Amino acid sequence: MSHEDCEKCEELLQGFLDRELTPGEVVLAESHLDGCDYCRRRYKFEDSLRRYVKLSAVERMPPGLIEKLAQLRGIEM
Amino acid sequence: MRNTRALHGVAGVVTTIGYGSPVSEPEAATEAREIAAGARDRVRFEEEALALADQVDRVARRLVGSREEAEDLVQETYARAFRSWRSYTPGTNLRAWLLRILTNLNIDRGRRVQRAPEMQPLEEADYYLANKVAESQGEQALDQEQVVERLSQDSIVDALSSLQHDFRDVVVLVDIGDFTYADAAQILDIPIGTVMSRLHRGRRQLKARLAEEATA
Repeated sequence: MSHEDCEKCEELLQGFLDRELTPGEVVLAESHLDGCDYCRRRYKFEDSLRRYVKLSAVERMPPGLIEKLAQLRGIEM
Repeated sequence: MRNTRALHGVAGVVTTIGYGSPVSEPEAATEAREIAAGARDRVRFEEEALALADQVDRVARRLVGSREEAEDLVQETYARAFRSWRSYTPGTNLRAWLLRILTNLNIDRGRRVQRAPEMQPLEEADYYLANKVAESQGEQALDQEQVVERLSQDSIVDALSSLQHDFRDVVVLVDIGDFTYADAAQILDIPIGTVMSRLHRGRRQLKARLAEEATA
């Protein structure tokens, strides 16, 4: 199956990856993924990309920032 | 029933001048209890907000260009949050509430010195990276995981920061902040459909940048 045939699956795939689908749509997405090699490969790729973005783009909070924030407490409007 | 004087906060005075109003003592005690309860709520709010600081900072760091800017933005956010803690409704999503303050401050800071949207053919970017790599190398398509692994941490960070602001806000909130579409819509005060389309376009841009990187 060429990817052109799956253009309409894009929205379903993204929603599936973001866990934003209704239970009914999840069933639809899963059964499509079962039968479509192209979308399954895309799913795996998109999934690993998301995880990688999450891992790579996360930095630790700089030391001292939490103390600075704590000092801001007690300000009244 | 309260008397008018108690309502004006002079319950204590009523007793000293000897009217002996039966409601004044309890009124004062109630007021004291309310103040104490308010203080407890406030401390609880402050503690809960501070416990989320690393998550707020993580999103801030990817929304702005530098570590210093992110730190300033987080401090401004907490200063404002602590001042207006009463407008937070307990039991609702505090992290989203904080991020709403943060994204508004970020927009107010005039970050709209925005580069013109790039006229890049987005549809092409929608092909997945492996195809790009395969094309450029004339090899058979690499395993998807391998392509992702070829990307450096810096390239992801650079690609994210190169996104248009509107797209980046949504991608960062959903992918880094783990917010739902609905939360992101509320934080940015845009319709959920706009969240979805910006997310889609933002991810396309991201993939296009990463593809450039991977095939460079």
